[in-house]
This record gives sequence, structure tokens and C-alpha cells, in this order.
Amino acid sequence: MHKESEIRYPLILGEKTYHQITEDVCAPLEGRANKLWYVAFSIAAVAAVWGLGCILYTIGRGIGVWGLNTTVDWAWDITNFVWWVGIGHAGTLISAVLLLFRQKWRMAINRSAEAMTIFAVMMAALFPGIHMGRIWMAYWVLPIPNQFGSLWVNFNSPLLWDVFAISTYFSVSLVFWYIGLIPDFATVRDRATRKIPKSIYSVLAFGWSGKVKQWIRFEEISLVLAGLATPLVFSVHSIVSMDFATSVIPGWHTTIFPPYFVAGAIFSGFAMVQTLLITARKVVNLEAYITRKHIEYMNIVIVITGSMVGIAYLTELFIAWYSGVEFEQYAFLNRATGPYWWAYLSMMTCNVVIPLTFFFEKLRTNIVYSWIISIFVNIGMWFERFVIIVTSLHRDYIPSNWTMFHPTFVDIGIFIGTIGIFGVLFLLYARTFPVLALNELKTILKSSGEEYKKQKH
Amino acid sequence: MSNGMKLYGLYNDDAILVDGAKALVEKGIKINEVYSPFPVHGIERIIGVKWTRLAIAAFLYGITGTTLALTGMSFFMIQDWPMDIGGKPNFYFLLNIPAFIPITFEFTVLCAAHGMALTYFLRNWTLPGVRAKNPHPRTTDDHFAIELIPEDIKDFSKEDLSALLKETGTVEVFEK
Repeated sequence: MHKESEIRYPLILGEKTYHQITEDVCAPLEGRANKLWYVAFSIAAVAAVWGLGCILYTIGRGIGVWGLNTTVDWAWDITNFVWWVGIGHAGTLISAVLLLFRQKWRMAINRSAEAMTIFAVMMAALFPGIHMGRIWMAYWVLPIPNQFGSLWVNFNSPLLWDVFAISTYFSVSLVFWYIGLIPDFATVRDRATRKIPKSIYSVLAFGWSGKVKQWIRFEEISLVLAGLATPLVFSVHSIVSMDFATSVIPGWHTTIFPPYFVAGAIFSGFAMVQTLLITARKVVNLEAYITRKHIEYMNIVIVITGSMVGIAYLTELFIAWYSGVEFEQYAFLNRATGPYWWAYLSMMTCNVVIPLTFFFEKLRTNIVYSWIISIFVNIGMWFERFVIIVTSLHRDYIPSNWTMFHPTFVDIGIFIGTIGIFGVLFLLYARTFPVLALNELKTILKSSGEEYKKQKH
Repeated sequence: MSNGMKLYGLYNDDAILVDGAKALVEKGIKINEVYSPFPVHGIERIIGVKWTRLAIAAFLYGITGTTLALTGMSFFMIQDWPMDIGGKPNFYFLLNIPAFIPITFEFTVLCAAHGMALTYFLRNWTLPGVRAKNPHPRTTDDHFAIELIPEDIKDFSKEDLSALLKETGTVEVFEK
């Protein structure tokens, strides 16, 4: 059995038994939703419907209904895309990288973080789809034989790399998540007393029996998928950054982009995990499993990746000056002091300055404070993408082309709508899926449970 | 004639299960299967189950993906329809390789992960609609079960096996 130091902080608080873990995690699935859930669900559903309306309007009328113009031809669509993809990075990072590093604390949060990843990548994938304008031609991105004289897609283009990266990332994350869910669905299935839920969970559990060989294969596939998913996480956001970095636009054309985007993605992903889980642990009574210590660990990741992002911001400024290219220099000067200074300032404050307060132990172990900061980081990371995309475009080489970007109600509606759809999916998930990897948690109960740790003394 | 009857010992702790399994194996009793709510490490060596070769399969799927991606791209981009985009060299495979790396990597991961997952589902026989085989509903919660097939164990009678199972600290012994 895994040995753990006595002085290590317990990961499961209180007097828990194997059965108690099952009870605690299955309770929200078997009980009725409280009022708060219905209120949250209604708000999210209204936003989702509004967003779907705006998406249909866009598809019907074309992307002219957005605030784009001939100078700023990428704005909120790609900002939102990169924001959502970034958020979608924490789930697989938590489940894959932390699995390889044998970090036991991931077990309480990996399930929800992966669910968040899957829903976030769905939202992200929506944007490149609708920003094509003619979404019914979206299949053109695939290399399939066609009637145009076998004209293939351009495999030299980062936009096509992105198609492969996002679809691989989404499908592999989904499989990874579901394989982990199967034994937990089996637990829910065997506990169910009502007929309809039992038959639904029987189908979802794929007939899992918990045989020795099944568990061996389970552990093997978890490890190998983690090994495959780890470089995948880093490659996906690197490729997203190459959408910009391989162009010749001052402000985009920088070699620092891949590591900078990956750090930013982990940063924003952890912030979103924090936002969701601090709320969820309260609503479904999981404080014994998602403890103050878990929140502190995540805050440490946030402050480290936030600092990496901060260094990248400063490096970009320095390199722009050092390059001696005046267009590059102007792009960054304009970013910080031009008409979008407020966006730049929001980005710097939310992403670099505010997370630094997590260096104080008192603050990073304060749950309410952590939740508020996670919101700031989410906002800051949205502004980062907005700053990179819009401020690099809005003042191009010819001053007569200079303009500003003004979002229309459709731009705003789609963005709010994706948050709504994401909320609807996550709330439904929280009611119907085991939100913690309950069977995996049982493997660390004896080594990291509070009660068991006391007994050893 | 086989009547397919199986004998189960139910335990409420993984440590007792491991000790019980060891005691039974030492007496020369073949344990047919163990059901547990979570992976009990070391049990496979005690009951003599070999480690899985899934990882080898994943590697083979992975190199298949690499090969497919590289041959595919060299056909699309170099032979079938070489495009001249931004002066990037498009007529030689070797010169074009850097631009092919991202998709080669992604496709390798795609094939390895999904190939492995499909193999996993088929080998485990965990598919939608399959009936679960665990003998007791609590074996997916907090109980552990040892499964014996009395017919295959010639040295002990069914009653002896029940008695031996009880000695190992089971909470219940039952037939199914």
C-alpha cells in the first residue's frame, strides 16, 4: 500500500468509511435538487436560449451581424474560442499530469475538472464553426475526397492543425473521462432502488463488474491515456497560439506564444475549476473531500502559472523594444497606452497583480477570497485574448484603416449564451453524475484519510 | 454435468480480503475471481492473474497513426495536389516535414488513445447493454468478494470450502 508521511495534511476529512464515501457522493444523485439549483439552472437556461437565438440569427444572416469590420476581422469570436479552449485545459492537466506525478489530491477534483473541460471545449468548438459564416460547409476542413478535383485541405496551415488538435483533444478527453466514470456508474447502478434510474445507470455502467482483470486494465489504460494526454494538453494550446504566431501581424508574430499560451491556459483553467468547485462543494456538501488544502494547492498552481504569464507579458514588451522593428514596437506601445489601455490594464491587474496576493498563506487558504480571485482571473484571461487579438488588428499598417471594434448585441449574446449553455450542462452533470471519482478516492482513504492518520499514532 | 454453481466469500475490508486470498491459495485452492469496488493492489499476483498487454496494443495503434498521418499528408500535399502557399516548399517531403509534425503527433495520439479504448472495452466486455457479473450489489460499494468454483477444486468438498472461507474472516458466504 502507498505510504504517506504523518505530517502530510489529510485529504479526506472526518470519520469516513468506504460506505460513507459512496453515500456522500451518491446523495445529490438520489435526492431532490434544492431551490438554489433550480434558480441557477433557470438563469443559465435563459442565457443559453438567448445565446442559441443569437447563434441562429448569425447563421441565418451571416457574420455581418457581428461588430467586425475590414480592419478588425477577428474579435470576440476568436477571443471566446481561445478563452474556452484555455479553460478546457485544466481538466486533462489535473487528471493526466497530476496522475503521472502521483498527486493524490487530484482524485477529489479530477472528475468535475474533466467534465468542465469537455463542456468548455464544446463551447470553444462552436466559435470556429459559426465564424466560418456558412456552417453547413464546415466539413470542408476535413481531408475528404471531393468534387473540386481532389483539392485537399492545407496541411501546412496552423488553422488545420487546430482542427486536428481540438478534435483529438475533445475526443480523447471524453474517452478518458468516461472510462473513469464507468466503475462509479456501476456503484450508482447497484445502489439504485427505482426502476428507471437503475436501468439508465445499468446502460451507462457498460456492465462493469469490478473483476481483477478489469481493474488491472483500468489502471493500465488510465496511466497510458495520462501519458498520451499530457503532451496533448501542451500541444493543443501551442497549436492554438500558432494560429497567431505563424502570421505576420505585429503583436502576434512572436516565438514566445506557445509556452505563454499554455501557461495562460492552465492558469485560466484552474481559475474556472476553482470557481465551479468552491461553489459545488458547498451546494452538494463535499467539504470533507474538496478541502481547504485542495483549494490551497490549486491556488499555488494559479499563482505559479499567473507569474509565468506575467513574465511572458514583460518579455513580449522587452523583445518588441529589443527587436528594433518599429511596427512591433508600436503594436505593444499601442496595446498598453492606446485607446485599448483599459483592456490592457484589466488584463495586467487581474492576471498578474491580483494573483500575487496568493503568496500570503492567509489569503490562499481563505475560501471566499479564493473564489473572488478566481472570478478576477477568468475576467483577466478573457481580456488577455481580447487584447492580443483586437489591439494587434485595430491599428494596422495604413493609418486610414485604423478603427475600433464595437461588439453588437449578437456578439454579446453569443458570449453570454455560451456561458449559459456551459452552466446548463454543468448543472445537469452535477445532478446526474458522480461528481467525485468515488471509487478512486477509496484507494487513498487508508493512507490519506484523517481518521486513519490519527489511528496510526 | 456442470451445474455452474459458484461459491462466494464476502469481505468488508481489503486487507482482510488480501490475507484471506493468501490463506486460501496457500492451501492449494484456486481462486476463480475477485470482485472489488476499487483496485486492490497485489491481489492479481496472489490469485495468479497476469498483467495486461494493453499498453503494447496502444503502442501499435500509435505507430499505425504515425504512419497513416505521414503517408496521408505526403500523398495529399506532395503528390496529388502540391500547393504553392507563401513560397513554402511543397514539392519535397523532407522539406515539408516540420509543417507535418503537429498533425502527425495529434493523429498518433488519436489512434493510440481510441484504439486502446476500443480494445479496453472489448477485452473487458464492458459495452452498453452488457449485464454486470458482480455477485453482490455491495461489491461496488464497500464489500469485496472471492469467487470459487467448487467443481474445479477436487481436493475439497463444497462444505469444506465454505468452512475455509468463513475462517478467513468473511462477513458472509453464499452460493449463486
